[in-house]
Amino acid sequence: MIAIELEEIIISLLRLAVTELPHDVVKSLETALNKERNKTARNQLEAILRNVKLAKEHSIPICQDTGIQIFYINVGAHFPLIDQIPKIINNSVKRATEEVPLRPNTVNPFTNENPGDNDGLGIPWINWKVNDGTDLEITVFPKGGGSENMSQIAMLTPGQGIKGMKRFVIDAVIDAGAKPCPPTIIGIGLGGGADICMKIAKEQLFRPIGQRHVNPRIAEIEIELLDALNQSGIGPMGLGGDTTVLDVHIGATMRHPASFPVGLVIQCWAARRASATVTKEGKTIITSHEVK
Amino acid sequence: MEYELTTPISEEDIRKLHTNDILYITGTVFTARDEAHERALEWFKEGKKLPIDPSGLAVFHCGPIVRKIDEGWEMVAAGPTTSTRMEMFESEFIEAFKPRVIIGKGGMGSKTTAAMEKIGAVYGAYIGGAAVLAAKAVKKIVDVSWLDLGMPEALWIMEVNRFGPLIIAIDSYGSNLYEEVKTKVEQNQNEIYKKLGF
Repeated sequence: MIAIELEEIIISLLRLAVTELPHDVVKSLETALNKERNKTARNQLEAILRNVKLAKEHSIPICQDTGIQIFYINVGAHFPLIDQIPKIINNSVKRATEEVPLRPNTVNPFTNENPGDNDGLGIPWINWKVNDGTDLEITVFPKGGGSENMSQIAMLTPGQGIKGMKRFVIDAVIDAGAKPCPPTIIGIGLGGGADICMKIAKEQLFRPIGQRHVNPRIAEIEIELLDALNQSGIGPMGLGGDTTVLDVHIGATMRHPASFPVGLVIQCWAARRASATVTKEGKTIITSHEVK
Repeated sequence: MEYELTTPISEEDIRKLHTNDILYITGTVFTARDEAHERALEWFKEGKKLPIDPSGLAVFHCGPIVRKIDEGWEMVAAGPTTSTRMEMFESEFIEAFKPRVIIGKGGMGSKTTAAMEKIGAVYGAYIGGAAVLAAKAVKKIVDVSWLDLGMPEALWIMEVNRFGPLIIAIDSYGSNLYEEVKTKVEQNQNEIYKKLGF
C-alpha cells in the first residue's frame, strides 16, 4: 500500500468517528431513555438520540466540538509505511478539517493563534505501541474540551486506598455536575504514576459500554460506582434525573509502595471513537462500528 | 408546559415561562461567546452601536462549525458551549442590551439570575453536543460580524425555525433549576457516602 491510501483510510475513520457513534453508545443511550423517570431528562435523552440519528443520516459532526485529534496506534514493526505514519496522520487531519469538516481547534497557548487546520506543536498527538506483526491497528479519538476540562488526578496515600479512590470519584463527578455534558462515561486509572494513571484513565474510555473489567473484583467496583453515581440525581445535562453516567471503567497497573495515584477522565455522551485494522496490503477492517 | 415564541419576544411573554417549561424559538438568534461578550460591553461603554440590536432576541453561547458556500455561509454544526464562562459578562450584557433569552449549557450563576429577574429574561438550556439538531433548525445565516475573533468566537446572526427544545432552567422570577438540582444532589451525596461506607 502507498501513503495516499492510508491517508484516505484515516480521513474516513475521522469522518466515521465524528459523525456516527459506536453501536454500544447508542444502545446505552436508548436503554437509559427506557429507564429514565424524570420528564425533563427524557426530553434531553430523546433530543440526544434524534441528534445522533440526524448526524449519521446527513454525515454531519454529532457535536460542533470535534475535539483535539488523538491517535492510538499499535503498529507491526513490519507494516510497510511505519516510518511515514506521523506525516500521514498530519496530512489526514488537515484534509479532514476541510473535508468532513472538523472545527479548527488547535490554539497556540502562548500566542492564542489558531492555524485553522488542527495541526501544530505535537497535535495531532500519537500514542505508540509497536508489535512484531505486519498490521496497523489505529484508533482515532476526537476528545472534546468540555468533558476533558473536568479531568482530575488525586495522588492518594496507600492508606486511603480503594475507599479513597471511590470517594474521590464520587466527589469529582458530582462537582463536575452539568459541565461535562452528562450522561458521561467515567474512565479511572490506578497506579503507575501521575502521567500513567491519567493515560490509563483515558484509555478506559474506548472500552465498549457494558463491558466489565476481566477481574471480577474490579468489575464489582465499577458496578458499585456506576450505581452510586446514578443515584446522584444530576441527570442528563445536569437538569436532574436518573441518568448521570452510562458506565464506569477502571484500569490499573502496579503502584509504587509510597503512592496511590488515581486518574479520572470524563467522556461526554458524544463518545466518539473509530478503530480499524489495516493490513500490509491495505485491507481495512473497521472494528469500532458495524459498517455496511 | 411547552411554548413557541417568535422574536422579537416581549417581556410579557417571557414572564409566562417557568423553570422546566420547554421553549421553541422562531426568528433571530445570534451567537456570542467570551470574546464577543467582552467586545459588546466595551462598545456599549464607548457608545458604539453593535452590528445587531439584541433587544427581544436570543443570544446563543455557541462556537459553530460554519462552511463558506457561494452565496454566503452554511451552518454545519451548532451546539452550545459552557455558559458559566460568560457569567462574568452576562448580567451587564442583559441590562445593557435586553435580550430575552440566553441559550447555552450548564447553567449560570446568581448575578445572571438576578439580572434576568430584573429585566425579564430567561435561560434556555440546550442539549450540549446536539449540534446537528441545532444546525437543522437554522434556516439561514443572515450575517456574520467580528470574524476577526475567529470562527467560534464571531457573531453569527441566524434565522431559525422552531429552535429547541430549550428547557427553561432559569426563569424571570429568580428560580434556577440548576440550583434546585444541586440541593437535591447534595442530599443524595450524603446517601451515597453512607452506602459506600465513607
